[in-house]
Amino acid sequence: MSSLWPRIEPLLASVQKPARYIGCEDGAQSPHHASHKAGWLLVYPDAYEIGLPNQGLQILYEILNERPDAVAERSYAPWTDMEAAMRSARVPLFSVDTHRPAADFELIAFNLSAELVYTNLLNCIDLAGVPVRAADRGPEHPLIAAGGHCTFNPEPLADFLDLVVLGDGEEVVAEITEVVAAWKRDGRPEGSRQRVLRDLAGIAGVYVPSMYDVAYDGARLVSVTPRFSDVPERVEKRTIADLNDWPYPRRQLVPLTEVVHDRLNVEIFRGCTRGCRFCQAGMITRPVRERSSDQVRSMVSEGLKRTGYDEVSLTSLSSADYSGIKDVVGGIIADPMCQGTVGVSLPSLRVDAYTVGIASEIAKVRRTGLTFAPEGGTWRMRQVINKLIREEDLYGAVDSAFSQGWNRVKLYFLIGPPTETDEDVLGIAELARNCVAVGRKHANRVAVNASVGGFVPKAQTPFQWFGQDTAEELQRKVNLLREDVRRDRGVALKWHDPKATLAEGIASRGDRRLGPVIEQVWRRGGTFQEWSEHFRLDLWTEAMAAHGLSIDWYVHRDRSEVETLPWDHLSAGLHKDFLWQDWQDALATATVEDCRWTPCYDCGACTGLGIEHVVASATPPAGGSQGTGQDLSVGGAVPVVLGATR
Amino acid sequence: MTAHHLRFRYSKLGKVRWTSHRDLARMWERAFRRIQLPLQYSQGFSPRPKVSFGLALPTGAESEAEYLDAEVATGAEFDLVALSRQLSLVLPTGVDVGVVGLVPADSRSLQHDVTSSVWSVVLDEAADGVDAVSARIAATLAAETVVISRERKGTRADEDIRPGIISCTATEHVVLCELVAQPRTLRPAELLVALGLEPTAGRARRISQWIERDGAREEPLALPAAATAAPHATECAS
Repeated sequence: MSSLWPRIEPLLASVQKPARYIGCEDGAQSPHHASHKAGWLLVYPDAYEIGLPNQGLQILYEILNERPDAVAERSYAPWTDMEAAMRSARVPLFSVDTHRPAADFELIAFNLSAELVYTNLLNCIDLAGVPVRAADRGPEHPLIAAGGHCTFNPEPLADFLDLVVLGDGEEVVAEITEVVAAWKRDGRPEGSRQRVLRDLAGIAGVYVPSMYDVAYDGARLVSVTPRFSDVPERVEKRTIADLNDWPYPRRQLVPLTEVVHDRLNVEIFRGCTRGCRFCQAGMITRPVRERSSDQVRSMVSEGLKRTGYDEVSLTSLSSADYSGIKDVVGGIIADPMCQGTVGVSLPSLRVDAYTVGIASEIAKVRRTGLTFAPEGGTWRMRQVINKLIREEDLYGAVDSAFSQGWNRVKLYFLIGPPTETDEDVLGIAELARNCVAVGRKHANRVAVNASVGGFVPKAQTPFQWFGQDTAEELQRKVNLLREDVRRDRGVALKWHDPKATLAEGIASRGDRRLGPVIEQVWRRGGTFQEWSEHFRLDLWTEAMAAHGLSIDWYVHRDRSEVETLPWDHLSAGLHKDFLWQDWQDALATATVEDCRWTPCYDCGACTGLGIEHVVASATPPAGGSQGTGQDLSVGGAVPVVLGATR
Repeated sequence: MTAHHLRFRYSKLGKVRWTSHRDLARMWERAFRRIQLPLQYSQGFSPRPKVSFGLALPTGAESEAEYLDAEVATGAEFDLVALSRQLSLVLPTGVDVGVVGLVPADSRSLQHDVTSSVWSVVLDEAADGVDAVSARIAATLAAETVVISRERKGTRADEDIRPGIISCTATEHVVLCELVAQPRTLRPAELLVALGLEPTAGRARRISQWIERDGAREEPLALPAAATAAPHATECAS
């Protein structure tokens, strides 16, 4: 099928940001389709400017296009104005690379990074001209796949997805390609869809929801069991052993128009063992796999040369944990190629490792935005969530930043984690005020932005059993904070809409009975739910009621130890009894250390996968890490110098 | 010694026309860094390269004659002919540098200097009113005033655009016109509205820009007589 471009272009004059739909990025490919190649359409089901930078999608795009038996193109959710124009002109969802119709691909594979994009996924399937329900599809339709963090509980989308991939995608896409390319070569005959899905279900890390039966007893979920003996009872995630084998993306896409994270991004490690109990990403990506510092340096240097970016972000779940981070940052700043004009940003900074040394290296070029995430306002709260940041470490980090010329820092906090009291909530304001006080030692005008988000318990974490706060309770806590910082100059409070937190909670730990709810929200126009201007809680509550489902039961209820959870047949490598023990430890305010540096406490990730942490250095970083080499007895102590200024 | 003041003449053709003026500015900054041409930077807290863009091209319009000025650091070595080729290779498909020249350090900015642009507008044959376009052009040129409703900084106001139309003719479905750039730019879409057409009824392409001074006309930077086609025109430039 030829390009849809001649039919797309006339629509562009009347839509916002038409550059979203043209492709042409530096690094974009125009792959040659052929009858022996499995065609993948990789879709990020949100706006182009959010989806384009996604590194997971870019990595798979390159890996697939390097294969002789695959081609890959990309697509993003068309914005509402473009969707309307496409529907009225009968233009289907298309790839941005060669503007090919989505239904011409053998696979349409979605990246699922957030629950509130689920309705966009349905919209994209529908725009592609494919039946939204998997059961209604025939051999002429593409296979609908999904990967990404949300797939560790894909059950709410089970009705719509043909296959789901758990964990790292680098290797498994090859195995899927072989099965799908063979299906294409055989001409996708009538009745072949079941066969190809059955074959795919045999690939490690691939979950085919339709191959499982679900049994309920009233509201209670009893079991999810395979319908055939060759389909696994439990699907284990895929994990690549060594990041150095995968130096991707080699040619990061450089968009022609503005996107988020518009800079060179180099992943310096994957996985995290700090054991923050609220953090799904940290739990499901274990173990830690660091990229060698030589490879980091060459990816940075070649990437800057190729892209012309003047900023590089060293990405991971906690970048300051990387062994030798200071040398890597210093090396980039000093690189003659960078001409002293390349800024370095470190997302997800660990405060206990953010020193004057790192701050001064970064400040040599440009003071990139600085964000710390204490998450909890009091030491007690941080022990419960196992984010062991001591007060003195936080103030030390903030002091380092302000002493090197920063005048603004951003702090991230959660409200609504287990056992939270009003004292813990108000601790957030206290902490922010103290950071302002630290800054005032260096400058008169300092700003501390405190961003507060409502906590949504996630599957495969120790908090998966916890009943989420209601929207009313979260709003009450937000109001408490607003009142408390009202007179504080220097503290700016921002918060996430508690109503959106509720909708996220509905999708986060739901089972297959959520399918019709998501479909109804979508059919009533509830797309782009991540965007406040489009978010509508009433659509969600009405759909829940229409299908006789209790929000309280799905969202606000504590689960018991014996309850079957909707995702128990899917594994991120973590033992369920480890997660339960960690949940009990949280309630007892007991903490665990970073296992990179301490004996293994057998969460299951390394032993089950037969691989180990890959770290460049066997000794913990100076200053300690998550309890290792740190005196936690003083965790909540406010330094004397601050106490005196208040 | 002072910095070198360079002027670049380039095109914006094909799919890339759907990018904005701001997008184009970022493309150029990355391109200069990719070829490692050391630009002068402004002083201050957040140093920026000294690059100054000419008249903005409306998103969706094409051009064969866009311009920008950049200051290259003192002591930098470069070859004007090689520069245009190097830049074209790292700029997106459809953005090709035709010629690079030195301009005097005291040149006025392009935005103030350029007085008019010549445009061709290929009309959509199916659009309402296209058949009558020649008659409407004649009527428009004959009129004393041509008042349309223009949007200016978010508010609409009626304005006489007749003084902004220097010339206008049509053959088949192609309108060729010259529109003023001072005191402010008249856009081709506004001319279409004056002709009773939808603003999106045609595909506009800037053919040239002109500086009129003391009765003489010249281009900000003329193409050399033997100007060649784009070095890497491919399918993205459809």
